Amino acid sequence: MYRIIKAEFIAPNVKSFLIEAPHIAKKRQAGQFVILRVHDKGERIPITIADSNPDEGWINIIVQGLGKTSAHLNTLETGDHLQDLVGPLGLPTHIENWGTLVCISGGVGTAEALPIAAAGKAAGNRVISIIGARNKDLLIAEGQMEEVVDEVRISTDDGSAGRHGLVTDVLKDLMDEGVTPDMIVAIGPLPMMAAVSNQTEAMEIPTMVSLNAIMVDGTGMCGACRATVGGKTVFVCVDGPEFDGHQVDFKELGMRQKMYKKQEAESHKCFLERQMKKVKAEQLAEGVG
Amino acid sequence: MMRREQPKSFNTIPVKERLTITRQSMPEQDAGERSANFLEVNLGLTPKQAVIEAQRCIECKNPTCMEGCPVSIKIPDFIQLICNEDFLGAANKIKEDNSLAAVCGRVCPQETQCEEVCVVGKRFEPVAIGRLERFVADYALKHGNGSINGVEKPKPSGQKVAIVGSGPAGLAAASDLIKEGHEVTVFEALHEFGGVLVYGIPEFRLPKAILRKEVANLETMGVKFVKNFIVGRTMSIQELMEDEGYDSVFLGLGAGLPRFMNIPGENLNGVYSANEFLTRSNLMRGYEFPEWDTPLYRAKHAIIVGGGNTAMDAVRTAKRLGADEASIVYRRSEEEMPARNEEIHHAKEEGVEFMNLVNPIEFIGDDEGNVVTARCLRMELGEPDDSGRRRPVPMEGSEFTMDVDMVVIAVGNGSNPLIAQTTPEITTNKWGNIVADEDGRTSMEGVFAGGDIVSGGATVILAMGAGRNSAAAINEYLKTKVWSVA
Repeated sequence: MYRIIKAEFIAPNVKSFLIEAPHIAKKRQAGQFVILRVHDKGERIPITIADSNPDEGWINIIVQGLGKTSAHLNTLETGDHLQDLVGPLGLPTHIENWGTLVCISGGVGTAEALPIAAAGKAAGNRVISIIGARNKDLLIAEGQMEEVVDEVRISTDDGSAGRHGLVTDVLKDLMDEGVTPDMIVAIGPLPMMAAVSNQTEAMEIPTMVSLNAIMVDGTGMCGACRATVGGKTVFVCVDGPEFDGHQVDFKELGMRQKMYKKQEAESHKCFLERQMKKVKAEQLAEGVG
Repeated sequence: MMRREQPKSFNTIPVKERLTITRQSMPEQDAGERSANFLEVNLGLTPKQAVIEAQRCIECKNPTCMEGCPVSIKIPDFIQLICNEDFLGAANKIKEDNSLAAVCGRVCPQETQCEEVCVVGKRFEPVAIGRLERFVADYALKHGNGSINGVEKPKPSGQKVAIVGSGPAGLAAASDLIKEGHEVTVFEALHEFGGVLVYGIPEFRLPKAILRKEVANLETMGVKFVKNFIVGRTMSIQELMEDEGYDSVFLGLGAGLPRFMNIPGENLNGVYSANEFLTRSNLMRGYEFPEWDTPLYRAKHAIIVGGGNTAMDAVRTAKRLGADEASIVYRRSEEEMPARNEEIHHAKEEGVEFMNLVNPIEFIGDDEGNVVTARCLRMELGEPDDSGRRRPVPMEGSEFTMDVDMVVIAVGNGSNPLIAQTTPEITTNKWGNIVADEDGRTSMEGVFAGGDIVSGGATVILAMGAGRNSAAAINEYLKTKVWSVA
């Protein structure tokens, strides 16, 4: 069992966990992920490691409660335990001094982009961060990002913070101002990564994306995480998770991510019903007491 | 070769009469019933049946059965103990050579091993050695402990061995090494122990409870088990040896990289590798969704491409998940099928259809990317190929399409690249298999390998045999610390 040292919400429905995992903390490099199970009947889900501390022996993950498993995970508190945790998995991010590096992130992707931005800065790059969110409340890690990069720009869909618009609009602004990125890293929801890759392909700016695919074992054994990159099938878990955004078949990956849409909805409903029963039982018990 | 001492006979039936006894058939769950549940198909011989079957053994002076066994179980000896109704004694006799008797009694292809060379089998049906093995192993699991009876705890050797992978190769090696007094730790990447025995072989062929008991027996003997630990990622082989003080390492990683056919449409939703489909069902209990969280397709028209045991496991699983039609699509004929006869027979009984001499060439999806059609060609058999089997050749103008809502690709496994990626000191061949000599010595001192990661996809018992071979060589190495690669 893997103890949760600290669990706290950092945005609505977004929780940050510090988890005791000394072996993983020692080995982990930027861009790698873990696979975890929340309980003994749980599924295995991959989550990018946002941060780690080898001296204190913990890793940090940021979880947005979207489906059954992430919602269940976000009910766990400080002192609780995960059923299973394994890693670090995947190939580490390739970092070099490209010149100007633009890190574009959306949603919880910002927490995952943070270590890459920091490593890019350490390698000598000028690093500009573009952070996108639906609204002001859903922005995460922008303060930490400000500490490690040269400049942070924000966009929100509703204009409640930063520029009213999308991350691609901010990238365009940047280029209009005369900034020419040598390298772009995009991490976040698939449509965002697809839009950025589409935009930069025309401008011939190398773009790396971090793919999130459905996985089971995470070690190359099952092939659930297949994606098409440059016309070839890759396994995201062992060949990635980072790939050349201009080569990725985003349409196929988008459909593959929805493979269990129906089952996921069913599972989520069952979970919510069970939670509701639990709450009612507790209320009843309190009422009697 | 030294002549073995003939075991004490407990069979009172005259030899001639023994040959008139019919081979005892395996009680089975009814086919109609079992095709809708995941409970074990074979129910096991009754004690009475086991004794009768054991009495069919004619106690050859030069028994050949043992030579057919990759781990050389003392078959004549344990059969005599069954004649004497000493079932625990018989179980312990097997345990001397095989720590996973309840597993092997179920999944070994005895018909091509011990039973194929059984002398009775030359003129009559061979003695049902596999069924007897299973019977006594189950008896021992139920009545007392089949593993540590009468075995004294060995003197600690002060040496540490790391076993990487808890599949059949690793468990067999661990069992032999712990008996020598070494400190043995098994590292497993997944969250349950057993490797392919837990993620690959379905509950209806090998109940998880049986496997868990076998693993628990090894734990009682002193083997340490560590789950969620990927050697190469969580810790490297060098770190295991230099920082953690392991004197030797055995790599029993398994094959573990699914092969696809490289035809259009293989990445559509609903197209699975056999590994994924079976892992979701077996390890993750997807058949109990939504009680268990892992989703799994419940297809109406499933095709499984391939003709091996894995294909049979997948197609029978699809049937149990409620498929109206679950078909095997195999490019050769039934004669060339690598699957065990028993599996093919069981699949047919359960209503599985066999489309032999058919090969898919493309899968077509709907707007949402779900597979809906398979385009196939009919094949005929030509001249023999490298494997000695007749090569399937497409028949001109034979193309046809089938409506499908799930496809499982069961055409074998490549080797997992993880160790090759992270440990360049270990030489691999062009297929990615680890290069090892016949005792499992790799190109890195102190590191041995065996099972599918060396041989390519094979059977549980061959992997166990490789694990035992390496265990003997590891013992020798730990005594002498002489590293000699042939």
